[in-house]
Amino acid sequence: MSAIAAEGIGISFGGLRALDGVSFAAEPGEVFSIIGPNGAGKTTLFNIISGLYRTGEGRVRLAGEDVTGLPPHLLAARGLSRTFQNLQVFFRMTAEENVMVGRHLRERQGLLAALLHLPWVARQNRATRDRARELLAFVGLAERARDPAGSLPYGALKRLEIARALAAEPRVLLLDEPAAGCNPVETEEIDRLIAAIAERGTTVVLVEHDMKLVMRISHRILVLNHGRMLAQGRPAEVRTNPEVIAAYLGRHGAEAAHAAG
Amino acid sequence: MAPAWLTPRRATVAGLALLLAALWLVFPSGFYFRIATLVWISALAAVGLNLLMGLAGQVSLGHAGFVGIGAYAVALGPRHLGLDLLPSLGLGLVLAGLLALLVGRPILRLRGHYLAVATLGLGILVWLVLNSEVAITGGPDGIQVQRLVLVGWRVAGAETWYWITGLALVLGVLVALNLEESPTGRALRALHDSEVAAAVAGIDVARAKLAVFVIAAVYAALAGGLLALFNRFVTPQAADFLHSIELVTMVVIGGMGSSLGAVVGAAVLTILPQALTVFHDYEHAVLGLTIILFMIFLRQGIVPSLAALLARRAP
Repeated sequence: MSAIAAEGIGISFGGLRALDGVSFAAEPGEVFSIIGPNGAGKTTLFNIISGLYRTGEGRVRLAGEDVTGLPPHLLAARGLSRTFQNLQVFFRMTAEENVMVGRHLRERQGLLAALLHLPWVARQNRATRDRARELLAFVGLAERARDPAGSLPYGALKRLEIARALAAEPRVLLLDEPAAGCNPVETEEIDRLIAAIAERGTTVVLVEHDMKLVMRISHRILVLNHGRMLAQGRPAEVRTNPEVIAAYLGRHGAEAAHAAG
Repeated sequence: MAPAWLTPRRATVAGLALLLAALWLVFPSGFYFRIATLVWISALAAVGLNLLMGLAGQVSLGHAGFVGIGAYAVALGPRHLGLDLLPSLGLGLVLAGLLALLVGRPILRLRGHYLAVATLGLGILVWLVLNSEVAITGGPDGIQVQRLVLVGWRVAGAETWYWITGLALVLGVLVALNLEESPTGRALRALHDSEVAAAVAGIDVARAKLAVFVIAAVYAALAGGLLALFNRFVTPQAADFLHSIELVTMVVIGGMGSSLGAVVGAAVLTILPQALTVFHDYEHAVLGLTIILFMIFLRQGIVPSLAALLARRAP
């Protein structure tokens, strides 16, 4: 059974057909990448899968369960987590507190107990903080734990979002351009992180523009163009697919590549 | 460097308790205790409102409506329902909480500042009912409240009320700080910055906002009940729009997100009119001017600005 499966997803914004009949399935521990030119519908697909957009077309399944149309917090409870292309960090909280929020689902809730600060609430706070520290160390931000998130550089915030998403111990993690705006050193760091996350059995679905990164770490790749599926397969297959090359380089570029190849 | 056991939460509560004792030692007359009691009561409402505004980033423009419900519960419970004062106070808290639940449930599903508009209407509605249902509420002239008797002890005197309301405030601040240091508190601060990211982290955003709105309403109703018991008289002014704006101002000038700030804001707004009695005719204008000046020169509010200043000075 696939960890996550999308079946025939489609959506229109006004007259624009943003997605049309998109299907894919990713297995546990797999790094599955979705690539395509700007405006291909990658982030829209993420927003549908993670419950931010609703559409009448298609189904989404998590570990076999139909979760189509569920709101984000219920999807999170079923093991889905994500990061954002345009950062969605809690800027007024410290880095550590950001990750602590990510532990929300793993914490025992009790409003009355919280108001009275019962002993177990204090114990749980300490445990949550310890776990957040571990995750910050995992993404290489241990030294910045007590800093306000608003003071962290861009590349660090990308990793902070990954740490926050991991805090929920998701079975499926959607990463929306984790390497965008990062320098080569930071990109390499994210490369290492993704591989480590997948090794633990978490399914990683990745949207990314950095082709070198995608080709290096993906098990399989889905190529979108104008909201439609252009190709799907292993990195080696996708890289040599003439249609994919055409979409990325234009027809003229494809001919040039072909001539050169 | 502060010792490890002296967490900010404990330091704030201990500091407030010390302040209570210190003021008791230096205050020369009943007048001072009276003013301080009014400060503690306003501060209690402001601490609750700060949870809503400062933590969760939601605004209530009708919070005095909940103050009014608490105050009139104490006045009307014994008169019309034959209840004792304390059960009446309890009933007021429950009613305020239920009303917040009823109004907040549909509104807080929406993103944006719909709560401000809805509570504005709610506050005016409560005030209108208190004002016009003369047969029940006594109308604009107000209504008497019985003297509180606790197991045979007649609670009287500004000094006694100073301690009762002061301890209520200390407990109120403690509970507010407890909430901040809990999963719900973190959830509220998170959704203030990004509702989308909070939801993706598994937080039921609408439910968290509703919870804090109900809590803030109960704080306000408790303040209203104490105010009525202390004054032994209540008028619809307790619930009027200007009082709602005063409460918002207390939170804003004290410093959003700071419980201590809410107390400082309440002190400023309660003491200022006493000190500037010559301006009495222009009280509303002075209030407006205060808000404007703070928004221009001290946008963070008093307590966070001072904290930032101290942090810069520290090596």
